[in-house]
Amino acid sequence: MTLLQARPGTEDRLAAAWATPRGLAGSLTALNHKQVAQRFLVTAFVFFALGGIQSLFMRWQLGSAESTFLDAQTYNELFTMHGTTMMFLFAVPVGEAFAMYFLPLMLGTRDLPFPRLTAFGYYIYVFGGIFLYASFLFGEVPDGGWFSYVPLTGAEYSPGSSIDFWLLGVTFVEIATIGGAIELVVLILRNRAPGMKISRMPLLSWNVLVTGVSIIFAFPPLVVASVLLELDRTVGTHFYDPATGGDALLWQHLFWFFGHPEVYIVLLPGLGIVSTIVPVLARTRIVGYSLIAVSTVAIGILGFGVWVHHMFTTGLPQLGLAFFSLASLFIPIPSAIQISAWIATLWQGRVVWKTPLLYIVGFIVIFVAGGVTGVMVASVPFDQQAHDSYFVVAHFHYVLIGGMLFPVLAGLYFWLPKITGRMLSERSGKVSFWLTFVGFNLTFFPLHITGLQGMPRRVYTYAEGTGWETTQALSTIGSIVLTTGLLATLGNVISSVRYGERAGDDPWGGETLDWWVSSPPPAYNFRAVPEVAGRSPLWDTRPFQPRYDPSTWQQELLEPPGQVRQVVLTSLLDAVPEEVITLPKQSWWPLLMALFLVLALGGVLVSVYPLSLAGLLGAVCVGIAWTWSREDGS
Amino acid sequence: MSTEALPVAAPAPGSVLDPVGPDAASIAGLTWFMIVLGGLLWLATVVFLVLALRHRAHRAPRRNTRGAKAFIAVWGVVIPMIVLPAVFAYSLVVGIGISRPAPPEALDIEVVGYQFWWEVRYPDSGVVTANEVHVPVGRPVQLQLTSADVIHSLWVPPVSGKVDLVPGRENTMTFQVDEPGTYLGECAEFCGIQHARMQFVLVALPEEEFQEHLLALRLASGTPDTDLERAGRDVFLAASCGDCHRVEDVSEGGVAPAPDLTHLASRETIAAGMLENNRGNLAGWILDPQGLKPGVRMPPNNLGGDELQALLAYLESLE
Repeated sequence: MTLLQARPGTEDRLAAAWATPRGLAGSLTALNHKQVAQRFLVTAFVFFALGGIQSLFMRWQLGSAESTFLDAQTYNELFTMHGTTMMFLFAVPVGEAFAMYFLPLMLGTRDLPFPRLTAFGYYIYVFGGIFLYASFLFGEVPDGGWFSYVPLTGAEYSPGSSIDFWLLGVTFVEIATIGGAIELVVLILRNRAPGMKISRMPLLSWNVLVTGVSIIFAFPPLVVASVLLELDRTVGTHFYDPATGGDALLWQHLFWFFGHPEVYIVLLPGLGIVSTIVPVLARTRIVGYSLIAVSTVAIGILGFGVWVHHMFTTGLPQLGLAFFSLASLFIPIPSAIQISAWIATLWQGRVVWKTPLLYIVGFIVIFVAGGVTGVMVASVPFDQQAHDSYFVVAHFHYVLIGGMLFPVLAGLYFWLPKITGRMLSERSGKVSFWLTFVGFNLTFFPLHITGLQGMPRRVYTYAEGTGWETTQALSTIGSIVLTTGLLATLGNVISSVRYGERAGDDPWGGETLDWWVSSPPPAYNFRAVPEVAGRSPLWDTRPFQPRYDPSTWQQELLEPPGQVRQVVLTSLLDAVPEEVITLPKQSWWPLLMALFLVLALGGVLVSVYPLSLAGLLGAVCVGIAWTWSREDGS
Repeated sequence: MSTEALPVAAPAPGSVLDPVGPDAASIAGLTWFMIVLGGLLWLATVVFLVLALRHRAHRAPRRNTRGAKAFIAVWGVVIPMIVLPAVFAYSLVVGIGISRPAPPEALDIEVVGYQFWWEVRYPDSGVVTANEVHVPVGRPVQLQLTSADVIHSLWVPPVSGKVDLVPGRENTMTFQVDEPGTYLGECAEFCGIQHARMQFVLVALPEEEFQEHLLALRLASGTPDTDLERAGRDVFLAASCGDCHRVEDVSEGGVAPAPDLTHLASRETIAAGMLENNRGNLAGWILDPQGLKPGVRMPPNNLGGDELQALLAYLESLE
């Protein structure tokens, strides 16, 4: 215990080393994972709100036949931006942001392994988002769909720069996502607390590990696809032009080689949040830890073998379709294992009816329904009917809102107290759950029927007498209820920051190390780095009294030589302490690098190539400076 | 222009679950199988969830996990390993059935997708028309699908699954319609600003009526009978309608892709299923296509009243 208490002078030195410098400059150069992850989270939710507002416009338009509320062009722009925003600017970043904030705490380390990459990822993400939305200012809003199929998005059918805004903005966000993924994978593999063997780490880290590896393999093909399309558009190459030997389906293969793993990239952090919250609120250890971890890995691998199920109607040969159909039909097995494991855990335990659990229950009910329709669309003949109809719209909103948004909301109610130190209101939380749950189902269940009744997707209007009016109107009403539920959560969050009950360190009786530190956590997370001897450190010995290795590395972490930020690196599998490393404290390079890249890609957008060249040169110079400077205050 | 003339032109879309041909019927059977099976599995999962939540509400958590693990093994592995192969096998059987190559007596039709309309050709009889596919009841039909610009997808829900029209590729789609009737066909792949308005009409006729119709389409529409119609033909040519639109023996079209108008008056709709083919709609469409369907490739035409009346009379004579 003595190690936990500050010795004269050391506490101050640690706090000083980890304090963020004041002022705007300090804020722009800040690198600590919690600060940057908070910005990530807030920004992701801002984009979620924007994407949500766009969907409300679309729902209003489709609420009645032959509506003139929106014109065709505006509608097409809105569904493009809605999909792009939700997939690229919300769903993936919010998962990474959660992981960036909480995984270092859960794994017992002080920061992410590459703090400058954290900051760079954030800036490039924000700039990518601003880039995309700047298209509104220029009246060149992308209108080719989030999937941006060629040849429609080629120079011939989409002159102007709307598609360029999309390609460049999305490329920025892809870079940010890949950076975050590398960081999280290294964190999980090398920065776990001593003794936290890979078989002991929290399940969320398994999910994030698989997510990270999937991103590292899935996103580069999309970057390549985007670059090829941008080349086709700007310098007249013919990668996608069938008239000159290119292939229109090449884009689809590349896009879905990214796009299907993307679904699991979005989903897996959500499933990890569920695996974390279920045992805590069931007051018992998770049943089937290894099975869940293995299924998570299996989902990640299978996710790369199913992309053609987005292309069942493109005229590919039957045998190939059968293969991809079979692969797609295997994916539900690891998901079914996980769902069964959560139900089994709830059965074993004695549940505590708090708001996060409500969202988890809602998640299971919705996600299983999305899984059922997922099996349906994996069937080639049925998919040839359902593909690009409202049935598919219903299906993937069940999977993505059910599988990702509900767990994220559960996570918000569960973990926000850790960030702010204040509890969210339970009463308001329960109201928000019921509004969100009922509103969601009212919005998206009727769309299954609309789809089977023959309504295609991405249509800005439909004729009277189609028989789609009733289900579409219900769906519009549902979207208003759903919005009310989400606004209730927003109100709850805002008021909790001020008026919420104080959370204390561990309001839920948590299992993992994040509940051992104060709420909000100190900048350095852990004064002394605890040793971990089991999967549920806070439950294995109560109260948690970690062993400390009084060795030199622990002493060094406790009493750093000067005001430096240090973390301990541990070995890959067994988490044996290997080395104490010193991290950068603050840096301008991430921001500068991001700005130069904006210049480079902005030059492509306006076809002023010297500008691009200058941006690239600047980025290379910054890159050199970045790698040569340690910026660790030593 | 007025927007009042917007009656429902095309038939209401049919349902996937209300098939009128063998392909859609076998898919509908598969669909019901999966809906019922999936619905039951969903329901059972929710029941298990509720039971789990109510279990041990007032007692301490249970330590022995053997039962819980058995549940995971059964519900997470065994049941899916039975259900999913069954779904796959049934799908495979249906898939093989609907993708059989067309028999020799099948009717060949070529469909070319354009932003935002369909060119329809009957290669055996040399007929070219647009946005309307006539097929005989009870005889297999084979569509050769390709696109002249971007990717489209042809879908008639009660008849069969959809197939994409991909530039640079030729896809085929075989189906058969067993019930005479008029069905709505839709573009299912987003193809640009007026994707929503890219529709067509599938008309299934008894064999004899079908042959009569095809014969009528084979003949040229003939020379104008009246002075007004002849004047209309001159307007047609002078206003450069004929630069894009083909009318047999009158204009070659070809400057930009546009529907063949040789038998315009025989069609039920104009503007790719959007408007009923009547005089008012035709007039509105000729004068202001961009107002009715913004982004469509047809330019507006500035015609005087007399010119317009003559042109309409001529177009209405193109039986």
